[in-house]
Amino acid sequence: MKRVYLDHIAATPLHPEVLEAMRLCLADVTGNPQSLHAEGRRALDAVEAAREEVAGLVGAQSSEIYFVSSGTEANNFAVKGLALGQQARGRHVVVSAVEHSSVLNSVKALERQGFLATLVPVDRFGRVDPADVEKALTKETVLVSVMTANSEVGTVQPVAEVSAICRRRGVLVHTDAVAAAGSIPLDVKALGVDALSLAGDQFYGPKGSAALFVRKGVRILPLIDGGIQEGGRRGGTENVAGIVGLGRAARLARQEMEARTAALVTLRDRLLEELPGRVGHVVVTGSRTERLPYHASFCIEFVEGEAMLLSLDMKGVAVSSGSACTSKALKVSHVLLAMGLDHATAQGSLVFSLIDGTSAEDVDYLLDVFPPAIERLRGMSPLYTQYLKERGS
Amino acid sequence: MYSDKVMDHFANPRNVGVLPDADGVGQVGNPVCGDMMTFYIKVKDDRLADVKFQTFGCGAAIAVSSMVSEMAKGKTLGEAMAITNDLVAEELGGLPKNKMHCSNLGADALHEAIKNFHDKKAGRVPDAGGPADLHEHEGCACPYCDSSLEAEDKTFCRACLIEFEECPSCGGITKKGDAACLHCGKPLGGKD
Repeated sequence: MKRVYLDHIAATPLHPEVLEAMRLCLADVTGNPQSLHAEGRRALDAVEAAREEVAGLVGAQSSEIYFVSSGTEANNFAVKGLALGQQARGRHVVVSAVEHSSVLNSVKALERQGFLATLVPVDRFGRVDPADVEKALTKETVLVSVMTANSEVGTVQPVAEVSAICRRRGVLVHTDAVAAAGSIPLDVKALGVDALSLAGDQFYGPKGSAALFVRKGVRILPLIDGGIQEGGRRGGTENVAGIVGLGRAARLARQEMEARTAALVTLRDRLLEELPGRVGHVVVTGSRTERLPYHASFCIEFVEGEAMLLSLDMKGVAVSSGSACTSKALKVSHVLLAMGLDHATAQGSLVFSLIDGTSAEDVDYLLDVFPPAIERLRGMSPLYTQYLKERGS
Repeated sequence: MYSDKVMDHFANPRNVGVLPDADGVGQVGNPVCGDMMTFYIKVKDDRLADVKFQTFGCGAAIAVSSMVSEMAKGKTLGEAMAITNDLVAEELGGLPKNKMHCSNLGADALHEAIKNFHDKKAGRVPDAGGPADLHEHEGCACPYCDSSLEAEDKTFCRACLIEFEECPSCGGITKKGDAACLHCGKPLGGKD
Protein backbone atom coordinates (compact mmCIF):
# COMPACT_ATOMS: atom_id res chain seq x y z
CA MET A 1 0.00 0.00 0.00
CA LYS A 2 1.07 3.56 -0.63
CA ARG A 3 2.65 5.12 2.46
CA VAL A 4 2.72 8.86 3.01
CA TYR A 5 4.93 9.74 5.95
CA LEU A 6 3.93 13.08 7.48
CA ASP A 7 5.49 12.75 10.93
CA HIS A 8 8.61 14.88 10.68
CA ILE A 9 8.16 15.95 14.31
CA ALA A 10 8.55 12.33 15.46
CA ALA A 11 11.56 11.57 13.23
CA THR A 12 12.76 12.33 9.73
CA PRO A 13 14.07 9.63 7.39
CA LEU A 14 17.82 9.31 7.00
CA HIS A 15 19.30 11.22 4.06
CA PRO A 16 21.00 8.68 1.75
CA GLU A 17 24.29 10.61 2.04
CA VAL A 18 24.06 10.46 5.82
CA LEU A 19 23.49 6.73 5.67
CA GLU A 20 26.50 6.31 3.40
CA ALA A 21 28.74 8.42 5.66
CA MET A 22 27.64 6.42 8.69
CA ARG A 23 28.07 3.10 6.91
CA LEU A 24 31.63 3.97 5.95
CA CYS A 25 32.35 5.12 9.48
CA LEU A 26 30.94 1.99 11.08
CA ALA A 27 32.91 -0.19 8.69
CA ASP A 28 36.21 1.65 8.79
CA VAL A 29 36.61 3.56 12.04
CA THR A 30 37.84 1.17 14.69
CA GLY A 31 39.46 3.38 17.27
CA ASN A 32 38.21 5.27 20.31
CA PRO A 33 38.54 9.02 19.73
CA GLN A 34 40.39 9.33 23.05
CA SER A 35 43.13 6.88 22.05
CA LEU A 36 46.47 8.27 20.99
CA HIS A 37 47.25 5.76 18.25
CA ALA A 38 46.46 6.12 14.56
CA GLU A 39 43.09 4.35 14.87
CA GLY A 40 42.11 6.65 17.71
CA ARG A 41 43.26 9.75 15.86
CA ARG A 42 41.20 8.70 12.87
CA ALA A 43 38.08 8.45 15.03
CA LEU A 44 38.83 11.80 16.64
CA ASP A 45 39.25 13.41 13.22
CA ALA A 46 35.82 12.10 12.21
CA VAL A 47 34.24 13.50 15.38
CA GLU A 48 35.95 16.88 15.08
CA ALA A 49 35.02 17.23 11.42
CA ALA A 50 31.40 16.62 12.39
CA ARG A 51 31.69 19.19 15.18
CA GLU A 52 32.72 21.79 12.60
CA GLU A 53 29.67 20.98 10.49
CA VAL A 54 27.23 21.20 13.40
CA ALA A 55 28.81 24.45 14.57
CA GLY A 56 28.44 25.80 11.04
CA LEU A 57 24.72 25.03 11.00
CA VAL A 58 24.05 27.42 13.90
CA GLY A 59 26.90 29.92 13.49
CA ALA A 60 28.85 28.67 16.50
CA GLN A 61 32.50 27.81 17.02
CA SER A 62 33.20 24.10 17.00
CA SER A 63 34.54 24.27 20.57
CA GLU A 64 31.06 25.39 21.66
CA ILE A 65 29.34 22.19 20.44
CA TYR A 66 28.81 19.23 22.79
CA PHE A 67 27.58 15.94 21.39
CA VAL A 68 24.83 14.17 23.34
CA SER A 69 22.42 11.28 22.79
CA SER A 70 19.12 13.06 22.13
CA GLY A 71 17.26 16.34 22.15
CA THR A 72 15.96 15.34 25.56
CA GLU A 73 19.49 14.94 26.90
CA ALA A 74 20.51 18.27 25.38
CA ASN A 75 17.57 19.97 27.13
CA ASN A 76 18.27 18.25 30.45
CA PHE A 77 21.94 19.16 30.16
CA ALA A 78 21.14 22.79 29.38
CA VAL A 79 18.42 23.44 31.94
CA LYS A 80 19.94 21.53 34.84
CA GLY A 81 23.58 22.16 33.97
CA LEU A 82 23.19 25.92 33.48
CA ALA A 83 20.87 26.48 36.47
CA LEU A 84 23.03 24.45 38.83
CA GLY A 85 26.13 26.12 37.43
CA GLN A 86 24.79 29.56 38.37
CA GLN A 87 23.00 28.72 41.59
CA ALA A 88 25.38 30.73 43.69
CA ARG A 89 23.84 33.79 42.00
CA GLY A 90 20.22 32.74 42.38
CA ARG A 91 17.79 29.85 42.20
CA HIS A 92 14.98 30.96 39.92
CA VAL A 93 14.31 29.82 36.33
CA VAL A 94 11.76 31.04 33.78
CA VAL A 95 10.40 28.85 30.98
CA SER A 96 7.47 29.08 28.60
CA ALA A 97 4.34 27.03 29.25
CA VAL A 98 4.68 25.25 25.89
CA GLU A 99 8.17 23.82 26.31
CA HIS A 100 8.89 20.18 25.56
CA SER A 101 8.47 17.80 28.49
CA SER A 102 12.25 17.38 28.68
CA VAL A 103 12.51 21.08 29.61
CA LEU A 104 9.43 21.15 31.84
CA ASN A 105 10.43 18.02 33.73
CA SER A 106 14.01 19.23 34.11
CA VAL A 107 12.53 22.35 35.71
CA LYS A 108 10.48 20.13 38.02
CA ALA A 109 13.68 18.32 38.99
CA LEU A 110 15.26 21.69 39.82
CA GLU A 111 12.21 22.61 41.91
CA ARG A 112 12.73 19.45 43.94
CA GLN A 113 16.21 20.77 44.65
CA GLY A 114 14.86 24.05 45.97
CA PHE A 115 14.72 26.16 42.81
CA LEU A 116 11.72 28.33 42.04
CA ALA A 117 10.26 28.33 38.56
CA THR A 118 7.92 30.61 36.63
CA LEU A 119 5.95 29.46 33.60
CA VAL A 120 5.36 32.20 31.06
CA PRO A 121 1.99 31.96 29.26
CA VAL A 122 1.45 32.04 25.49
CA ASP A 123 -1.20 33.68 23.33
CA ARG A 124 -3.78 31.72 21.35
CA PHE A 125 -1.24 31.18 18.57
CA GLY A 126 1.18 29.63 21.03
CA ARG A 127 3.54 32.61 21.06
CA VAL A 128 5.38 33.96 24.07
CA ASP A 129 5.28 37.72 24.64
CA PRO A 130 8.85 38.83 25.50
CA ALA A 131 7.33 41.42 27.87
CA ASP A 132 5.88 38.54 29.91
CA VAL A 133 9.35 37.03 30.18
CA GLU A 134 10.68 40.36 31.41
CA LYS A 135 7.90 40.56 34.02
CA ALA A 136 8.80 37.08 35.26
CA LEU A 137 12.46 37.95 35.89
CA THR A 138 13.54 38.49 39.48
CA LYS A 139 16.87 39.24 41.11
CA GLU A 140 17.17 35.50 41.66
CA THR A 141 16.62 34.49 38.02
CA VAL A 142 19.60 32.72 36.50
CA LEU A 143 18.12 31.02 33.44
CA VAL A 144 15.37 31.55 30.87
CA SER A 145 14.46 28.75 28.46
CA VAL A 146 12.17 29.51 25.51
CA MET A 147 12.00 27.12 22.59
CA THR A 148 12.85 28.21 19.07
CA ALA A 149 9.74 26.53 17.65
CA ASN A 150 7.05 24.25 18.99
CA SER A 151 6.66 20.82 17.42
CA GLU A 152 2.96 20.43 18.22
CA VAL A 153 1.70 23.68 16.71
CA GLY A 154 4.69 24.81 14.63
CA THR A 155 4.85 28.27 16.19
CA VAL A 156 8.23 30.02 16.02
CA GLN A 157 9.05 32.02 19.15
CA PRO A 158 10.60 35.51 19.37
CA VAL A 159 13.81 34.12 20.87
CA ALA A 160 16.05 37.05 19.84
CA GLU A 161 13.76 39.52 21.65
CA VAL A 162 13.71 37.33 24.74
CA SER A 163 17.50 37.10 24.68
CA ALA A 164 17.93 40.85 24.34
CA ILE A 165 15.88 41.38 27.50
CA CYS A 166 17.73 38.69 29.40
CA ARG A 167 21.16 39.93 28.35
CA ARG A 168 20.40 43.36 29.80
CA ARG A 169 19.51 41.63 33.06
CA GLY A 170 22.50 39.28 33.06
CA VAL A 171 20.32 36.17 32.77
CA LEU A 172 21.37 33.16 30.66
CA VAL A 173 19.09 32.03 27.83
CA HIS A 174 18.66 28.51 26.51
CA THR A 175 16.55 27.67 23.48
CA ASP A 176 15.29 24.24 22.56
CA ALA A 177 15.76 24.33 18.80
CA VAL A 178 15.11 20.64 18.22
CA ALA A 179 12.05 21.24 16.04
CA ALA A 180 13.65 24.18 14.24
CA ALA A 181 17.34 23.40 13.67
CA GLY A 182 18.02 22.25 10.15
CA SER A 183 14.65 23.58 8.98
CA ILE A 184 14.99 27.33 9.48
CA PRO A 185 18.19 29.43 9.44
CA LEU A 186 19.59 29.78 12.95
CA ASP A 187 22.53 31.80 14.17
CA VAL A 188 23.41 31.71 17.84
CA LYS A 189 24.87 35.23 17.68
CA ALA A 190 21.79 36.72 16.03
CA LEU A 191 19.57 34.82 18.48
CA GLY A 192 21.77 35.97 21.34
CA VAL A 193 21.37 32.70 23.21
CA ASP A 194 23.83 31.09 25.58
CA ALA A 195 22.74 27.54 24.83
CA LEU A 196 20.82 25.82 22.04
CA SER A 197 19.64 22.20 21.68
CA LEU A 198 19.37 20.40 18.35
CA ALA A 199 18.80 16.79 17.30
CA GLY A 200 19.83 14.90 14.16
CA ASP A 201 16.58 13.00 13.73
CA GLN A 202 14.80 16.28 13.01
CA PHE A 203 16.86 17.04 9.90
CA TYR A 204 17.50 13.72 8.15
CA GLY A 205 20.27 12.59 10.48
CA PRO A 206 20.28 9.54 12.74
CA LYS A 207 18.28 9.00 15.93
CA GLY A 208 20.40 8.95 19.07
CA SER A 209 22.63 11.79 17.94
CA ALA A 210 22.12 15.37 19.09
CA ALA A 211 24.10 18.37 20.27
CA LEU A 212 24.05 21.25 22.70
CA PHE A 213 25.67 24.56 21.87
CA VAL A 214 27.03 26.32 24.95
CA ARG A 215 28.53 29.77 24.48
CA LYS A 216 32.22 29.92 25.28
CA GLY A 217 32.85 31.02 28.85
CA VAL A 218 29.40 29.99 30.17
CA ARG A 219 29.56 27.72 33.18
CA ILE A 220 27.60 24.48 32.81
CA LEU A 221 27.73 21.44 35.07
CA PRO A 222 27.89 18.01 33.44
CA LEU A 223 24.86 15.75 33.46
CA ILE A 224 26.97 12.65 32.85
CA ASP A 225 30.15 12.44 34.86
CA GLY A 226 32.93 10.41 33.40
CA GLY A 227 36.07 10.92 31.42
CA ILE A 228 37.48 13.81 29.49
CA GLN A 229 35.21 13.44 26.48
CA GLU A 230 33.53 16.64 25.28
CA GLY A 231 35.89 18.75 27.33
CA GLY A 232 34.91 16.94 30.50
CA ARG A 233 31.36 18.18 30.19
CA ARG A 234 29.81 14.99 28.87
CA GLY A 235 31.43 11.67 29.74
CA GLY A 236 31.11 8.47 27.74
CA THR A 237 32.74 7.08 24.63
CA GLU A 238 31.52 9.06 21.65
CA ASN A 239 28.83 7.65 19.37
CA VAL A 240 31.22 8.14 16.47
CA ALA A 241 29.01 6.95 13.61
CA GLY A 242 26.02 8.85 15.03
CA ILE A 243 28.12 12.00 15.32
CA VAL A 244 29.41 11.56 11.78
CA GLY A 245 25.80 11.19 10.62
CA LEU A 246 24.76 14.31 12.53
CA GLY A 247 27.65 16.24 11.00
CA ARG A 248 26.74 15.18 7.48
CA ALA A 249 23.08 15.99 8.10
CA ALA A 250 24.08 19.46 9.33
CA ARG A 251 26.14 20.09 6.22
CA LEU A 252 23.29 18.93 3.95
CA ALA A 253 20.79 21.06 5.87
CA ARG A 254 22.92 24.13 5.28
CA GLN A 255 23.29 23.38 1.58
CA GLU A 256 19.72 22.32 0.90
CA MET A 257 17.67 24.37 3.37
CA GLU A 258 16.50 26.98 0.91
CA ALA A 259 15.35 24.46 -1.68
CA ARG A 260 13.71 22.22 0.91
CA THR A 261 11.89 25.14 2.49
CA ALA A 262 10.56 26.47 -0.82
CA ALA A 263 9.03 23.10 -1.67
CA LEU A 264 7.62 22.46 1.80
CA VAL A 265 6.06 25.88 2.34
CA THR A 266 3.93 25.53 -0.81
CA LEU A 267 2.57 22.18 0.33
CA ARG A 268 2.15 23.32 3.93
CA ASP A 269 0.12 26.34 2.89
CA ARG A 270 -2.04 24.18 0.67
CA LEU A 271 -2.80 21.90 3.60
CA LEU A 272 -3.53 24.82 5.92
CA GLU A 273 -5.90 26.31 3.35
CA GLU A 274 -7.59 23.25 1.90
CA LEU A 275 -7.87 20.72 4.67
CA PRO A 276 -10.33 22.63 6.91
CA GLY A 277 -12.78 23.04 4.02
CA ARG A 278 -12.72 19.34 3.21
CA VAL A 279 -14.44 18.29 6.43
CA GLY A 280 -15.61 21.47 8.18
CA HIS A 281 -15.39 22.24 11.90
CA VAL A 282 -11.61 22.40 11.84
CA VAL A 283 -9.45 24.80 13.85
CA VAL A 284 -5.94 25.60 12.60
CA THR A 285 -3.61 25.50 15.60
CA GLY A 286 -0.56 27.72 15.89
CA SER A 287 0.49 30.84 14.05
CA ARG A 288 -0.14 31.37 10.34
CA THR A 289 2.85 33.64 9.86
CA GLU A 290 5.41 32.57 12.49
CA ARG A 291 5.37 28.93 11.51
CA LEU A 292 7.81 26.12 10.75
CA PRO A 293 7.97 25.50 6.98
CA TYR A 294 7.06 21.82 7.27
CA HIS A 295 4.26 22.12 9.80
CA ALA A 296 0.47 22.07 9.47
CA SER A 297 -1.59 21.36 12.58
CA PHE A 298 -5.29 21.31 13.33
CA CYS A 299 -7.96 20.35 15.79
CA ILE A 300 -10.79 18.42 14.16
CA GLU A 301 -14.01 18.85 16.10
CA PHE A 302 -16.20 15.96 17.32
CA VAL A 303 -13.51 13.31 16.84
CA GLU A 304 -10.60 12.13 18.92
CA GLY A 305 -6.98 12.30 17.75
CA GLU A 306 -5.86 8.73 18.26
CA ALA A 307 -8.85 7.36 16.38
CA MET A 308 -7.98 9.69 13.47
CA LEU A 309 -4.31 8.71 13.64
CA LEU A 310 -5.20 5.00 13.44
CA SER A 311 -7.73 5.60 10.65
CA LEU A 312 -5.19 7.52 8.57
CA ASP A 313 -2.55 4.89 9.28
CA MET A 314 -4.90 2.27 7.83
CA LYS A 315 -5.01 4.41 4.68
CA GLY A 316 -1.21 4.63 4.58
CA VAL A 317 -0.75 8.09 6.11
CA ALA A 318 1.46 8.54 9.20
CA VAL A 319 0.72 11.57 11.43
CA SER A 320 0.87 12.66 15.10
CA SER A 321 -1.72 13.83 17.60
CA GLY A 322 -1.62 15.63 20.93
CA SER A 323 -4.83 14.04 22.22
CA ALA A 324 -4.93 12.53 25.69
CA CYS A 325 -5.54 9.05 24.35
CA THR A 326 -2.50 9.25 22.09
CA SER A 327 -0.17 10.03 24.97
CA LYS A 328 0.86 7.17 27.21
CA ALA A 329 0.08 9.35 30.21
CA LEU A 330 -3.46 10.01 28.89
CA LYS A 331 -3.03 13.74 29.25
CA VAL A 332 -4.17 16.10 26.59
CA SER A 333 -1.42 18.31 25.14
CA HIS A 334 -0.30 20.98 27.60
CA VAL A 335 0.57 23.12 24.58
CA LEU A 336 -3.00 23.23 23.27
CA LEU A 337 -4.40 23.91 26.74
CA ALA A 338 -1.85 26.70 27.29
CA MET A 339 -3.12 28.27 24.04
CA GLY A 340 -6.58 28.37 25.55
CA LEU A 341 -8.19 25.53 23.63
CA ASP A 342 -10.83 23.61 25.57
CA HIS A 343 -10.32 19.93 26.31
CA ALA A 344 -12.89 18.64 23.83
CA THR A 345 -11.34 20.55 20.93
CA ALA A 346 -7.79 19.65 21.97
CA GLN A 347 -8.78 15.97 21.89
CA GLY A 348 -9.14 16.38 18.12
CA SER A 349 -5.50 17.40 17.66
CA LEU A 350 -3.77 16.29 14.48
CA VAL A 351 -0.28 17.26 13.29
CA PHE A 352 0.84 16.88 9.68
CA SER A 353 4.57 17.49 9.47
CA LEU A 354 6.02 17.23 5.98
CA ILE A 355 9.41 15.86 5.06
CA ASP A 356 11.83 16.62 2.27
CA GLY A 357 10.40 14.66 -0.65
CA THR A 358 6.74 15.04 0.31
CA SER A 359 5.07 15.57 -3.06
CA ALA A 360 1.99 17.37 -4.31
CA GLU A 361 0.61 13.90 -5.05
CA ASP A 362 1.11 12.95 -1.40
CA VAL A 363 -0.91 15.96 -0.31
CA ASP A 364 -3.59 15.14 -2.92
CA TYR A 365 -3.75 11.61 -1.56
CA LEU A 366 -4.09 12.84 2.01
CA LEU A 367 -6.81 15.30 1.05
CA ASP A 368 -8.64 12.42 -0.68
CA VAL A 369 -8.50 9.88 2.15
CA PHE A 370 -8.99 12.39 4.95
CA PRO A 371 -12.69 13.29 4.52
CA PRO A 372 -14.05 9.71 4.48
CA ALA A 373 -11.94 8.83 7.53
CA ILE A 374 -13.32 11.80 9.44
CA GLU A 375 -16.89 11.21 8.25
CA ARG A 376 -16.71 7.61 9.45
CA LEU A 377 -15.57 8.67 12.93
CA ARG A 378 -18.03 11.55 13.12
CA GLY A 379 -20.73 9.09 12.11
CA MET A 380 -20.13 7.21 15.32
CA SER A 381 -19.49 10.26 17.51
CA PRO A 382 -22.24 11.09 20.01
CA LEU A 383 -20.88 14.65 20.11
CA TYR A 384 -21.51 15.08 16.40
CA THR A 385 -24.99 13.57 16.65
CA GLN A 386 -25.72 15.95 19.49
CA TYR A 387 -24.39 18.88 17.46
CA LEU A 388 -26.51 17.98 14.42
CA LYS A 389 -29.57 17.61 16.64
CA GLU A 390 -29.02 21.00 18.27
CA ARG A 391 -28.38 22.64 14.94
CA GLY A 392 -31.50 21.04 13.47
CA SER A 393 -33.79 22.08 16.29
CA MET B 1 0.21 -1.79 20.65
CA TYR B 2 -3.34 -2.99 19.90
CA SER B 3 -4.29 -6.62 19.24
CA ASP B 4 -5.62 -7.64 15.82
CA LYS B 5 -9.04 -8.06 17.38
CA VAL B 6 -9.03 -4.50 18.73
CA MET B 7 -7.98 -3.18 15.32
CA ASP B 8 -10.70 -5.25 13.62
CA HIS B 9 -13.39 -3.83 15.91
CA PHE B 10 -11.97 -0.34 15.44
CA ALA B 11 -11.90 -0.64 11.64
CA ASN B 12 -15.25 -2.44 11.40
CA PRO B 13 -17.22 -1.59 14.50
CA ARG B 14 -20.40 -3.60 14.97
CA ASN B 15 -23.73 -2.03 15.91
CA VAL B 16 -22.80 1.63 15.49
CA GLY B 17 -25.77 3.95 15.54
CA VAL B 18 -28.71 5.43 17.37
CA LEU B 19 -32.02 3.75 18.25
CA PRO B 20 -34.55 6.59 18.15
CA ASP B 21 -37.16 4.46 19.97
CA ALA B 22 -34.73 2.92 22.47
CA ASP B 23 -36.10 1.36 25.64
CA GLY B 24 -33.00 2.44 27.53
CA VAL B 25 -30.13 4.88 26.98
CA GLY B 26 -26.87 5.01 28.90
CA GLN B 27 -24.16 7.59 28.55
CA VAL B 28 -20.82 7.71 30.34
CA GLY B 29 -17.70 9.82 30.17
CA ASN B 30 -17.29 13.20 28.59
CA PRO B 31 -14.86 14.66 26.09
CA VAL B 32 -12.80 16.24 28.87
CA CYS B 33 -11.90 12.78 30.13
CA GLY B 34 -11.08 11.69 26.62
CA ASP B 35 -13.89 9.26 25.90
CA MET B 36 -17.66 9.42 25.76
CA MET B 37 -19.99 6.52 24.99
CA THR B 38 -23.74 6.30 24.48
CA PHE B 39 -25.51 2.94 24.41
CA TYR B 40 -29.06 2.39 23.16
CA ILE B 41 -31.00 -0.82 23.89
CA LYS B 42 -34.25 -2.40 22.72
CA VAL B 43 -35.64 -4.94 25.16
CA LYS B 44 -38.00 -7.78 24.27
CA ASP B 45 -39.03 -10.51 26.72
CA ASP B 46 -36.24 -9.56 29.11
CA ARG B 47 -33.68 -9.91 26.32
CA LEU B 48 -31.58 -7.31 24.51
CA ALA B 49 -33.27 -7.47 21.11
CA ASP B 50 -31.04 -4.71 19.76
CA VAL B 51 -28.00 -2.76 20.97
CA LYS B 52 -26.47 0.27 19.29
CA PHE B 53 -23.77 2.64 20.38
CA GLN B 54 -21.97 5.87 19.57
CA THR B 55 -18.49 6.63 20.84
CA PHE B 56 -16.21 9.65 20.89
CA GLY B 57 -12.80 8.34 21.76
CA CYS B 58 -9.65 6.52 20.88
CA GLY B 59 -9.22 3.24 19.04
CA ALA B 60 -9.60 1.23 22.23
CA ALA B 61 -12.78 3.06 23.24
CA ILE B 62 -14.39 2.36 19.86
CA ALA B 63 -13.31 -1.29 19.86
CA VAL B 64 -14.54 -1.77 23.42
CA SER B 65 -17.95 -0.30 22.59
CA SER B 66 -18.24 -2.54 19.56
CA MET B 67 -17.26 -5.62 21.54
CA VAL B 68 -19.65 -4.81 24.39
CA SER B 69 -22.51 -4.38 21.92
CA GLU B 70 -21.71 -7.71 20.31
CA MET B 71 -21.42 -9.49 23.63
CA ALA B 72 -24.66 -8.01 24.91
CA LYS B 73 -26.92 -8.54 21.91
CA GLY B 74 -29.39 -11.39 22.49
CA LYS B 75 -28.48 -11.78 26.15
CA THR B 76 -30.99 -11.52 28.99
CA LEU B 77 -30.75 -8.31 31.01
CA GLY B 78 -29.27 -10.29 33.91
CA GLU B 79 -26.63 -11.82 31.69
CA ALA B 80 -25.80 -8.44 30.19
CA MET B 81 -25.37 -6.93 33.64
CA ALA B 82 -22.82 -9.67 34.33
CA ILE B 83 -20.57 -8.48 31.47
CA THR B 84 -17.53 -7.15 33.24
CA ASN B 85 -14.69 -4.93 32.16
CA ASP B 86 -12.26 -7.79 32.43
CA LEU B 87 -14.39 -9.99 30.19
CA VAL B 88 -14.53 -7.29 27.51
CA ALA B 89 -10.78 -6.77 27.59
CA GLU B 90 -10.25 -10.52 27.47
CA GLU B 91 -12.55 -10.93 24.45
CA LEU B 92 -10.53 -8.23 22.69
CA GLY B 93 -7.33 -10.18 23.19
CA GLY B 94 -6.17 -7.77 25.88
CA LEU B 95 -5.77 -3.99 26.01
CA PRO B 96 -2.69 -1.90 26.75
CA LYS B 97 -2.49 -1.15 30.46
CA ASN B 98 -3.15 2.55 30.07
CA LYS B 99 -6.28 1.81 28.00
CA MET B 100 -7.96 -0.47 30.53
CA HIS B 101 -10.20 2.37 31.67
CA CYS B 102 -11.82 2.32 28.21
CA SER B 103 -13.14 -1.18 28.89
CA ASN B 104 -14.68 0.12 32.12
CA LEU B 105 -16.55 2.78 30.20
CA GLY B 106 -17.99 0.27 27.72
CA ALA B 107 -19.53 -2.04 30.26
CA ASP B 108 -20.62 0.94 32.37
CA ALA B 109 -22.47 2.52 29.45
CA LEU B 110 -24.32 -0.72 28.73
CA HIS B 111 -25.23 -1.14 32.41
CA GLU B 112 -26.42 2.46 32.53
CA ALA B 113 -28.71 1.78 29.58
CA ILE B 114 -30.17 -1.26 31.33
CA LYS B 115 -30.65 0.74 34.53
CA ASN B 116 -32.33 3.45 32.50
CA PHE B 117 -34.68 0.81 31.07
CA HIS B 118 -35.59 -0.45 34.57
CA ASP B 119 -36.04 3.09 35.85
CA LYS B 120 -38.32 4.00 32.98
CA LYS B 121 -40.38 0.86 33.47
CA ALA B 122 -40.74 1.67 37.16
CA GLY B 123 -41.70 5.23 36.24
CA ARG B 124 -38.67 6.67 38.04
CA VAL B 125 -37.51 8.88 35.20
CA PRO B 126 -39.44 10.74 32.55
CA ASP B 127 -39.33 9.08 29.16
CA ALA B 128 -36.97 11.60 27.66
CA GLY B 129 -35.96 9.23 24.90
CA GLY B 130 -32.44 10.55 24.62
CA PRO B 131 -29.21 11.03 26.42
CA ALA B 132 -30.47 14.20 28.03
CA ASP B 133 -29.11 13.87 31.53
CA LEU B 134 -25.53 12.79 31.40
CA HIS B 135 -24.16 10.39 33.87
CA GLU B 136 -20.87 11.77 35.10
CA HIS B 137 -18.37 9.00 34.93
CA GLU B 138 -15.97 8.77 37.81
CA GLY B 139 -13.10 9.34 35.38
CA CYS B 140 -13.60 13.02 35.98
CA ALA B 141 -15.61 12.98 39.19
CA CYS B 142 -14.61 12.02 42.69
CA PRO B 143 -15.76 8.44 43.32
CA TYR B 144 -16.68 9.37 46.91
CA CYS B 145 -18.55 12.67 46.68
CA ASP B 146 -19.19 12.79 42.92
CA SER B 147 -18.04 16.39 42.61
CA SER B 148 -16.20 16.94 39.38
CA LEU B 149 -12.43 17.01 39.48
CA GLU B 150 -10.10 19.48 37.87
CA ALA B 151 -9.57 18.12 34.40
CA GLU B 152 -5.82 18.23 34.71
CA ASP B 153 -5.75 16.96 38.26
CA LYS B 154 -7.27 13.59 38.84
CA THR B 155 -5.07 13.08 41.88
CA PHE B 156 -6.96 15.16 44.43
CA CYS B 157 -10.57 15.95 45.39
CA ARG B 158 -10.94 19.49 46.66
CA ALA B 159 -14.32 18.72 48.22
CA CYS B 160 -13.25 15.67 50.26
CA LEU B 161 -9.62 16.81 50.59
CA ILE B 162 -8.37 13.35 49.74
CA GLU B 163 -5.64 12.23 47.45
CA PHE B 164 -6.22 9.50 44.90
CA GLU B 165 -4.19 6.69 43.57
CA GLU B 166 -4.72 5.26 40.10
CA CYS B 167 -5.34 1.54 39.88
CA PRO B 168 -2.70 -0.08 37.66
CA SER B 169 -5.21 -2.75 36.56
CA CYS B 170 -8.32 -0.78 35.66
CA GLY B 171 -7.19 2.85 35.75
CA GLY B 172 -9.92 3.84 38.22
CA ILE B 173 -9.13 6.12 41.13
CA THR B 174 -9.27 5.15 44.79
CA LYS B 175 -8.32 6.98 47.99
CA LYS B 176 -4.57 6.87 48.42
CA GLY B 177 -3.49 4.31 50.99
CA ASP B 178 -6.52 2.03 50.56
CA ALA B 179 -5.66 -1.62 50.25
CA ALA B 180 -7.88 -2.48 47.27
CA CYS B 181 -9.18 -0.69 44.18
CA LEU B 182 -12.68 0.69 44.67
CA HIS B 183 -13.63 -0.39 41.15
CA CYS B 184 -12.02 -3.70 40.31
CA GLY B 185 -11.04 -4.88 43.79
CA LYS B 186 -7.45 -5.59 42.85
CA PRO B 187 -4.90 -4.87 45.58
CA LEU B 188 -3.33 -1.40 45.58
CA GLY B 189 -0.33 0.16 47.20
CA GLY B 190 2.11 -2.17 45.52
CA LYS B 191 5.68 -1.12 45.10
CA ASP B 192 5.10 -0.56 41.37
